[in-house]
Amino acid sequence: MPRLEPRPTPSRAWAWGSPLLALAITVAVGMLMFTLLGKDPVRGLQVFFWEPIKSPYALGELAVKATPLLLIALGLAVCFRSNVWNIGAEGQFVIGAIAGGGVALLAGPQTGAWLVLPVLLAGVLGGMLWAGLTALLRDRFNANEILVSLMLVYVAIQVLGYLVYGPWKDPAGYNFPQTRTFEAAARMPRLMAGSRVTIGLPIALAASALLWVYLFRTRGGFAQQVGGLAPAAARYAGFSSRGALWTALLISGGTAGLAGALEVAGPIGQLTPYVPAGYGFAAIIVAFVGRLHPLGMVLSAILMSMFYIGGELAQSRLGLPKSLTGVFQGLLLFALLACDTLVNYRVRFGRAA
Amino acid sequence: MTTEPSAPSDPSGAAPRLRLSGITKRYPGVVANDDVALTVLPGEIHAVLGENGAGKSTLMKVIYGAVKPDAGQVRFDGQPVHIRSPQEARQLGIAMVFQHFSLFETLSVAENVWLGLEKSLSLAEVTRRITETATAYGLDIEPERPVHTLGVGEMQRVEIIRALLAQPRLLILDEPTSVLTPQAVDKLFVTLRQLAAEGCSILYISHKLHEIRALCSACTVLRGGRVTGVCDPREESNASLSRMMIGAEPPALQHHERAPGERVLEVRQLDLKRESPFGVDLHDVSLTVRAGEVVGIAGVSGNGQRELLFALSGEDQRAPAAAISIANQAAGQLPPQRRRALGLHFVPEERLGRGAVPEMDLAHNLLLTRREAVGAGGWLRTGVLRAQAAGLIERFRVKAAGPQAPARSLSGGNLQKYIMGREIDASPKLLIVSQPTWGVDVGAAAQIRAEILALRDAGCAVLVVSEELDELFEICDRLHVIAKGQLSPSVARRDATVEQIGEWMSGLWHGDVQRQLNRMEGTHAAA
Repeated sequence: MPRLEPRPTPSRAWAWGSPLLALAITVAVGMLMFTLLGKDPVRGLQVFFWEPIKSPYALGELAVKATPLLLIALGLAVCFRSNVWNIGAEGQFVIGAIAGGGVALLAGPQTGAWLVLPVLLAGVLGGMLWAGLTALLRDRFNANEILVSLMLVYVAIQVLGYLVYGPWKDPAGYNFPQTRTFEAAARMPRLMAGSRVTIGLPIALAASALLWVYLFRTRGGFAQQVGGLAPAAARYAGFSSRGALWTALLISGGTAGLAGALEVAGPIGQLTPYVPAGYGFAAIIVAFVGRLHPLGMVLSAILMSMFYIGGELAQSRLGLPKSLTGVFQGLLLFALLACDTLVNYRVRFGRAA
Repeated sequence: MTTEPSAPSDPSGAAPRLRLSGITKRYPGVVANDDVALTVLPGEIHAVLGENGAGKSTLMKVIYGAVKPDAGQVRFDGQPVHIRSPQEARQLGIAMVFQHFSLFETLSVAENVWLGLEKSLSLAEVTRRITETATAYGLDIEPERPVHTLGVGEMQRVEIIRALLAQPRLLILDEPTSVLTPQAVDKLFVTLRQLAAEGCSILYISHKLHEIRALCSACTVLRGGRVTGVCDPREESNASLSRMMIGAEPPALQHHERAPGERVLEVRQLDLKRESPFGVDLHDVSLTVRAGEVVGIAGVSGNGQRELLFALSGEDQRAPAAAISIANQAAGQLPPQRRRALGLHFVPEERLGRGAVPEMDLAHNLLLTRREAVGAGGWLRTGVLRAQAAGLIERFRVKAAGPQAPARSLSGGNLQKYIMGREIDASPKLLIVSQPTWGVDVGAAAQIRAEILALRDAGCAVLVVSEELDELFEICDRLHVIAKGQLSPSVARRDATVEQIGEWMSGLWHGDVQRQLNRMEGTHAAA
């Protein structure tokens, strides 16, 4: 019987190898699944792992979906490193989208391109407000932030529904539940013709670099992480646990809200009931697969984006349900959690020595 | 002196209770036991002496079935045995009191003890037997209390009671006296001698030489995983035992008399309600520490030390502002970093998780209390940070892989040297240290005490909270005793005796104080 033996120190090699092994297991299980569904497994893999990167346009689409995932995951990483369990990034994303969309709707045909900034700022503030509610309830009443943030997701979706079915509905929209399409001035500038990639991509990459600096090169980032790793040490050092709670939730709310504003004023171009696409939840997986490290999360955001596109392609090319995306995401997280055992344990065969 | 119980067995006839030969145990990167032999006779109190890391704990775990040796033979009552688990050890009649407690924090004292006993007993019966044993051996404990609310000393008492309830034939005690009052140590020794006279063999693991010489009739000395001597400790001196244990005699401390300077820490009638339901309320605690003196607080753990230190360090900010003043500033409600700015540095009892973040490297652990590497806007200068950590590692002779080594990779003594170094290097005006040498080996302990005295001679005010009376008598100028949340008046070290301090540890100082006052009045009246 193989058994697990604790390692004297965590393995550095497996810290990097574990995500790769998890990916390999995900692929293997995925192939098995394609076979069981009566599809050619190689074709299935091609749809998930080759089609999304085979042309500049496909790469652009990959980036479009990776951008919100990365931005949200960056904020969540601050939370999770601080031992604050914000599960409601989806709601913060939606409120950010509403706030950004609301500002975008103010634009007329004569408005200048400067409006992009207020749109983004509104998105950030909207997300912060929503996450701030969670922080307030936790700080003031010691309410569990997991439950509060998760429940607020559904409230946020109802707010969006109220607006697009009610006051913000496009009068010329044939009664569809959606707002007017935003004026050009309020739309995110695209990086190049022929692709839907907007300035969101460089913003997300810059945010990733900023997060690295914050976490590893500032005292504030250090204090934040001490609170997560050893609360008694944070108290000893005098780092405020309330401050850490607010900082974590405001940062993650801000990035989620920013992602929401970038999304509605970018690829979508209007507010619809379909703004919540699950990015806020998928970003939790991005954060953990990326080891809560800014660079790792760039890679895992790309991977998760591939799953999104692969799921859509599997629907159109192979006639498989789109929910395959979720299956793959779940598989990956599951496999990663299992593989992470290898970081702290090694497998031994034979009887106990 | 109490007479030693005569060995009830005839060594030539009866088989030894326990005989180990050729025991070897390797861990990745270290040989914990190397060809170790050990023979314990029935009714013998046998000491195993060695520094931390000498392999004592591993050897005991081998006997107790918690660790399987790579080579070697174990005989119990003459029969070769393979003890595969602590259950099997207990079936043989081996009981152990670990230095690191194996208690479930969420369960009560009685439930913890119950876990180690046969299942047929009811909890009520166990509770009754705990109370009986506790009374018989003077080990004060409440069976209903959850373990997480107990202090270190109290947890050890639970462990000792648990072992005694099993009526063992071989009792292993790993550093059992570190958290007992001197009177309780004497009581424990009476108990142990009685147990031995009844035929129970006792393995007594310690690094306290005078205890071993007072209690034990045989001694096996370990150094670096090997046996470096077998002797009768009653015929040895501290110096000769010390030579066997560490290869040299520890350097004697230089303690110069010195007139203390201005008041640096002043605690005035501090009353503080407990924060947790099983904490201790502080009553009317008053305390002064002057520049250039070391003040010690003795006491058995769980008597308010934790609460007092939280209030002093700023981890608890509920005290009235004026009740604590640091360098003449009202500080009762200041957060820790503001008190640090006033010159207070603090070394807590828990090293991992409070004094240091286990997962973080040594360099980053400096940032908990030091700001030298923090530039404008909170920017970290990592080069400065690493150099600072490397400097401390060198200056305080910390054995570590380097500034990038995670704190949890260091042994207790080395991490303590590092944390002490971090606070001493900050040139504090007031240093507060809790349990400076708990679990630290003799060499490192001597170094830490010397550093404390050097700091005192440099004009720093030092407050030491410790359960080790020897240590307090060695380094302090004045001593207080804390008992049940109240602090005794201070007594100068040269006027204090171990017996008196021991009595005070049970809260019995009021008679002494009254006598003292009467005498003073008497002299005044005569004058």
